[in-house]
Amino acid sequence: MLEPVQLAKFGVTELEAQHALDRLNVRDVDYADLYFESRTSESVSMEEGIVKRAAKSVSQGVGVRATAGEKTGFAYSDELTKKDLEVAADTARYIANSPKGDSPVPVPTQRRPTRDLYPIEWAKAEVATADRVALLNEIDAEARRYDPRIKNVMASFNTEYKVMAVATSDGTLVGDIQPLSRLQITCIAEDRDNRQVGSFGGGGRVGFEYYREDNRHLSYAREAAREAILNLSAVDAPAGVMPVVLAGGWPGILLHEAIGHGLEADFNRKKTSAFSNLIGKRVASDACTIVDDGTLPFRRGSLNMDDEGTPTSSTTLIEKGILRRYITDKLNARLMGIPLTGNGRRENYQSVVLPRMTNTFMLAGESDPQDIIRSVKKGLYAVSFGGGQVDITNGKFVFSASEAYLIEDGRITTPVKGATLIGSGPEILTKVSMVGHDLKLDNGIGTCGKDGQSVPVGVGLPTIKIDEITVGGTQR
Amino acid sequence: MLQKYTTPDSANGYAQLAADVLARAKVCGATEADIVVADGETLSVQVRVGTVDRLTKAREKRLGLRVFIGKRSATTSTSDFSRESLERLVEDTCTLAGAVVEDDVSGLPDEAQMAKEQPNLDLYDETVLDTETQIDWAKRGEAAAFALDSRITNSEGAEFDSSSGRVVLANSHGFVGSYKSSNFSLSVSPIAIESGTGAMQRDAWYEVQRKFARLASAESIGQEAARRAVRRLGARKVATKRVPVVFDQETAGSLLANLCSAVSGYGLYKRASFLLDKLGQKIACDLLTVYDDGRMVGGLGSRPFDGEGLATRKNTIVERGVLKSYLLDTYSGKKLGLPSTGNASRSVGESPSVGPTNFYLVPGLKSSQEIIGSVKEGLYVTELIGFGINMVTGDYSRGACGFWIENGELAYPVEEITIAGNLKQMFKDIEAIGSDLVFRGRIASPTVKISEMMVAGN
Repeated sequence: MLEPVQLAKFGVTELEAQHALDRLNVRDVDYADLYFESRTSESVSMEEGIVKRAAKSVSQGVGVRATAGEKTGFAYSDELTKKDLEVAADTARYIANSPKGDSPVPVPTQRRPTRDLYPIEWAKAEVATADRVALLNEIDAEARRYDPRIKNVMASFNTEYKVMAVATSDGTLVGDIQPLSRLQITCIAEDRDNRQVGSFGGGGRVGFEYYREDNRHLSYAREAAREAILNLSAVDAPAGVMPVVLAGGWPGILLHEAIGHGLEADFNRKKTSAFSNLIGKRVASDACTIVDDGTLPFRRGSLNMDDEGTPTSSTTLIEKGILRRYITDKLNARLMGIPLTGNGRRENYQSVVLPRMTNTFMLAGESDPQDIIRSVKKGLYAVSFGGGQVDITNGKFVFSASEAYLIEDGRITTPVKGATLIGSGPEILTKVSMVGHDLKLDNGIGTCGKDGQSVPVGVGLPTIKIDEITVGGTQR
Repeated sequence: MLQKYTTPDSANGYAQLAADVLARAKVCGATEADIVVADGETLSVQVRVGTVDRLTKAREKRLGLRVFIGKRSATTSTSDFSRESLERLVEDTCTLAGAVVEDDVSGLPDEAQMAKEQPNLDLYDETVLDTETQIDWAKRGEAAAFALDSRITNSEGAEFDSSSGRVVLANSHGFVGSYKSSNFSLSVSPIAIESGTGAMQRDAWYEVQRKFARLASAESIGQEAARRAVRRLGARKVATKRVPVVFDQETAGSLLANLCSAVSGYGLYKRASFLLDKLGQKIACDLLTVYDDGRMVGGLGSRPFDGEGLATRKNTIVERGVLKSYLLDTYSGKKLGLPSTGNASRSVGESPSVGPTNFYLVPGLKSSQEIIGSVKEGLYVTELIGFGINMVTGDYSRGACGFWIENGELAYPVEEITIAGNLKQMFKDIEAIGSDLVFRGRIASPTVKISEMMVAGN
């Protein structure tokens, strides 16, 4: 069972937190919170066959926020004295510009998160640097053993141990311990003048043991090596509009870019999203049901509660093609009069809360993945992707394949070089004609950027067929 | 070692703090060490549709330590400057260093290479703006965008940021360097709406300066942002075909950023750059000359010394199409058998890497109008999105929007298209370079025309 995180961990008393919140209690302030965070990050990395680098960073601080109508006042400090809290509170309430409120701030009541999605015994256990080094050494050997054309292996293992607590003017004091780790491998393959890259990785809110279970780390190494070797024989990608089959798992990045960002409540409150005013309207084919679910155990995008203390949930964004919900934080839920979904997230104490995705995926359909491939006469089969990006306002999004093949007469044939796919968010899912029964979540490598803030997220997808999308290759 | 540089700004005690930590590291067994201390203040104001949307204020400080125990090394950082915390940090760092593998080329630069002088590059402006002034600038910028065209009916807001800070770098050779810098920036992001269809387009314009007085007027920035958003209305797809592509200053800057990554020492020694083994060879057309100048007065990428304490300087990267120099720090230089070019870049918690200072493409003689005028049918790119660049192979495929050029004129806006090619060939296919070089960041380029690329659309 989770122990509640005490403010004492940050060298602050509950009375001091109460005083700071009281200082934020001026008439026009609708809501205020204090977010305390302590974070230890460690990394080891290898290249050229040796583990050369080890790093560790420790940070601690408080972010103080007040909101009044649409306005947010925010200040943060890496010092946690009473004085620092007061100065931050005075800055944050500057936006309200109104006299002291009449009703007292409720005393925050300590509560526990309602879930325990990532029991922390694993993460708590000290892992000797020597064990991390050994893990990377085995990865290097495995990748090189896969094929002698693998000429360099770059691998890194990162862990983060974050303790946070949030005290809010609506009377809550709740904390959480959020472990996170990730193993990332990149291989360079060379065959005479031809040099290619392949990468693979995974992780989640899991401990060190996870990577050694069934030699998971070695399978990652082989995957990275396989992709690099495969790309040695890849031909130039085609250009133009064609059917594209996306494999399950990480290609779910399509959902993240094409619709996820556009459904974040802030853009819709401001009516700057291509999805503004589309609730209840059709934005996808019948076959598409898409959820954002922060409650999956051990997942990279999961949280027991968001950074405002709201329990995370599973939110149906699109149900059989109809747009149902936006994802919200407290500010936007209040201003729009819509339900809180537990998606208020921030990168760290130095950043403001924004509505952000957790794990975003499409539910499984009924098609056999083999039938989906067989249904395509001439098109592209995309298995793995690099990053993606979206222009929220006009809805145009891109995502770039790192492993893809031609489909010719219903069969997967030649590997092609990476190419960017481009489409329009509100339209693309209406072109999804087949959804496989093979839903897969990604391995835990996603980091989402918004407004300069990075947060860990997950995506997932069954095999799907998009009847037409523009593929940005070089060949006619 | 007696060589000691004191600067007027070391009065805040960070130099002493650094000396204490270095001494402590030596006691814990470090044979060499260096330390970076950075602090700063920021005030950020965001205004949206005429009212304050967000106000952020902060002071920050951070300390990063790198130790060497023989040929083993580790890096740590903290924001807690208390004595106990720093003692623990030093011990942790030495323990970590003991756990990694010996790396033959690791170590500080030679003592003789440390910067001998620290010129004042005019990077700091002591102007402190109050909240009201910043709100006023942001409001005027956004209002100017709304006023320019009735189709600007919404906004993602306008943001005015001011920040200032200090960096102190010290190492066990006795080097102590310090400088202050500041930044003032305004960005405006209006949204234009097409009356018939309700289709929206966003664009933005911005400016960043070291000195407040050098900022363009809020009104001029807001108006340019509005012009850019409005001209995108009615954008459509075009048919897939090979055509000449003209990159505006912003998107040409991104091509130059790709070149910058490709000449960075770390990518090269890892064999992860498409410009591997190309030093001294022709990699681009004759028109292309690129400098990296760390000593440009008031430059957004200028600094008196680099992340290892070596003097910055002006390096010729490409001269008339021939690759003359990589960008190197001590480590990547040693891996490649070359001296550092003074391009060590150091974020507080990490070991040095390589970064540009003021990295720019020397302007040509033609105006952007003349360059567009030279195209019978082609694409003028004003925005690129996505990450479709493979630095190992140079393969390039990105989402684009801009304008279709017909008979030398911008005919209509285009979107939802990609442009694709290979960077190795694209740099060779540069046919014209504009005269319009303006620094808006540490990487800057004038307008660039590439003779042919694949544009994918319908």
